[in-house]
Amino acid sequence: MSDFVNDFWNFYVVVIVLVSILACAVLLYVQSKGKVNQGVTMGHVWDETLEEYNNPMPKWWSWLFYITVIFALVYLALYPGLGNFKGVLGWTSAGQHQAEVAKVDAQVKPLFDKYLKMDVAAVAADKDANEMGKRLYLTYCMQCHGADARGAKGFPNLADNDWQWGGESAQIVETISNGRMGVMPPHAQLGAETIKDLANYVRSLSGLPADSVRVAKGQEAFATAGCSACHGPDAHGMHALGAPNLTDKVWLYGSSEATIIETITKGRNNQMPAWKDFLGEAKVHLLAGYVYSLSAGGEKK
Amino acid sequence: MSETQSTYNYKVVRQFAVMTVIWGIVGMLVGVIIAAQLVWPELNFGPYLSYGRLRPLHTNAVIFAFGGCALFATSYYVVQRTSHARLFAGGLAAFTFWGWQLVILAAAVTLPLGFTSGKEYAELEWPIDILITLVWVSYAVVFFGTIAKRTVSHIYVANWFYGAFIIAVALLHLVNSAAIPVSLTKSYSAYAGVQDAMVQWWYGHNAVGFFLTAGFLGMMYYFVPKQAGRPVYSYRLSVVHFWALIFTYMWAGPHHLHYTALPDWTQSVGMIFSLILLAPSWGGMINGIMTLSGAWNKLRDDPILKFLITSLSFYGMSTFEGPMMSIKTVNALSHYTDWTVGHVHSGALGWVAMVSIGAIYYLLPRLFGKAEMSSVKLITVHFWVATIGVVLYIASMWIAGVMQGLMWRAVNADGTLTYSFVEAVKGSYPFWAIRFLGGVLFLSGMLIMAYNMFKTIAGGKTEDVPVVAPVGHHA
Repeated sequence: MSDFVNDFWNFYVVVIVLVSILACAVLLYVQSKGKVNQGVTMGHVWDETLEEYNNPMPKWWSWLFYITVIFALVYLALYPGLGNFKGVLGWTSAGQHQAEVAKVDAQVKPLFDKYLKMDVAAVAADKDANEMGKRLYLTYCMQCHGADARGAKGFPNLADNDWQWGGESAQIVETISNGRMGVMPPHAQLGAETIKDLANYVRSLSGLPADSVRVAKGQEAFATAGCSACHGPDAHGMHALGAPNLTDKVWLYGSSEATIIETITKGRNNQMPAWKDFLGEAKVHLLAGYVYSLSAGGEKK
Repeated sequence: MSETQSTYNYKVVRQFAVMTVIWGIVGMLVGVIIAAQLVWPELNFGPYLSYGRLRPLHTNAVIFAFGGCALFATSYYVVQRTSHARLFAGGLAAFTFWGWQLVILAAAVTLPLGFTSGKEYAELEWPIDILITLVWVSYAVVFFGTIAKRTVSHIYVANWFYGAFIIAVALLHLVNSAAIPVSLTKSYSAYAGVQDAMVQWWYGHNAVGFFLTAGFLGMMYYFVPKQAGRPVYSYRLSVVHFWALIFTYMWAGPHHLHYTALPDWTQSVGMIFSLILLAPSWGGMINGIMTLSGAWNKLRDDPILKFLITSLSFYGMSTFEGPMMSIKTVNALSHYTDWTVGHVHSGALGWVAMVSIGAIYYLLPRLFGKAEMSSVKLITVHFWVATIGVVLYIASMWIAGVMQGLMWRAVNADGTLTYSFVEAVKGSYPFWAIRFLGGVLFLSGMLIMAYNMFKTIAGGKTEDVPVVAPVGHHA
């Protein structure tokens, strides 16, 4: 696709670039033909003492200038620069990138194919594959999940045995490939009192100190306000919806009463981006193996 | 009226000269603080004093407050002295001083508060941009008005550079800052996408080319021959390198956008003109350094000349480094690394700051009725402290930059990256510590200068001196 809306601009660029380069050489040439007088001043004096010698320009300097002009013209013949003219070498930055990627891809394809044929658990158990997965993790994943994979507020810990979307190998591959949208809807309509009751109930589920009167009222509200629809009647959560288990000690956003109230009142929106198109199947597979290895087999343990 | 017309207007020069030193200290202090924040991230206190907000404060303070005041001070002095005429429109000149200080204060308040247009070196929001425009137009009127009333026929070479700097900066500022305001403190650029990036770097590189180069070459062309007591080496060279420099700089911006969404042809054009820039840049260095031929011995005992000539050496070095870094292959390694930061500072500290410091040391005694600075010895101390500071700064950034570039591109046999990003950060810590030390030294030099300045000002006379009659008076 052309970079120009019409051919005029192509022509304009070609002309103005060439004229500008040549103008540099012409300026230098014309001025170097001017009369010089080594060691004699131009005859003007400013501010009592300021004068200028009429010395010639240094030869080596003039040559340096001419050489850069010649280089510019040669470069424009070889590489893109003069509007739509592609240059004799046909080089493009996109082409260079594609060639470099293709070269590496071809080189590592046998290795990737080998691991792709193994199932995720086997990849996790393979020392070399695991090292590769780790390096990929440190390039693409650590920005959110941390170098130690222990996550941060809003970013799940991948090194524990708790899985929001499931820890089976197929589920991990799905999470990395297509991403996940975690949505906790806001519940401000329940009113501050009920939300506080719910927060106390949720805290009591994982053994945190809570107001026993509020816990009782919260338990009732949990069933009637719709919480159990996603988190389940026993609050163990639901992988299909990414609804967290509320009875364990794992907290994505924090366990303080204030944080839980914020979570219930305003809801939470979270997104794991999809990586399939960017990384390709083979890298996703290796990453899944690495993540699988972090919790040594997910839920089964 | 005839009484004031027969003297030079030194008041505005004095004001700008003193503020050059003050803002230099402020701007470099902020630089030292953000250098420390990179070594000790705990030093980021709250949003207002976090690295992301202090960094633009540092760049604005050193470029526009320190560098700007140095350019105003010296251009107002030089244009009067070499035009043999009092500064045109004294009231307007006073407005440029107070207006410019207001711009600086507004920047110091709004940037930490987080008001920014997000354009590098042009972060200030639109109301401040309008004030800058008013000050700049006034500056142009004062400067060119003085040129117009000169009593000599020829315009001295320093004034060509100052004039080009004033006109080009007006053009750059107006085009790049064009924006649509949505509130008093927020606006959006008039350009979108890659065009916005191109306009930004057309501005960004010419801020370097005109604000930080052409203006300071003007400074060089007055203070080097004055301090050396020798004629400028070659008039012919000054003609060629002046026109070539101001013409080719305008093309060099795309080298900031190599390997981006900018079309390949634009990147190539930016690169070849950056290479052509080498000779015109070196023309200035040669003309400055060769002016000293026949008087090299002066360099031994004159610390002001030491500053001026060393600044030209750093100018030559960074204008060699710049074209090299604009070559795509080199840029693929250097871009986004600390090498760029080192390159900028070899220009900013080594060239811009040192030539300004030399010029201000020349000016201060003359502006306050003294024969020389209170302590010439302290100028020498300042020179060595500053030089060691610059060398530590740029050497550490070269090593850190090349190391980062190599670590980022290192690939294992299996196609994965050898190093994660944070490993390159970890590897950079020792060099960031050395850079911090270099910055502390350079700042210390400025504190020595301030002490020397206030000692020189104490008991000084601030009378305006009579306009000198042109030699031969053929005008």
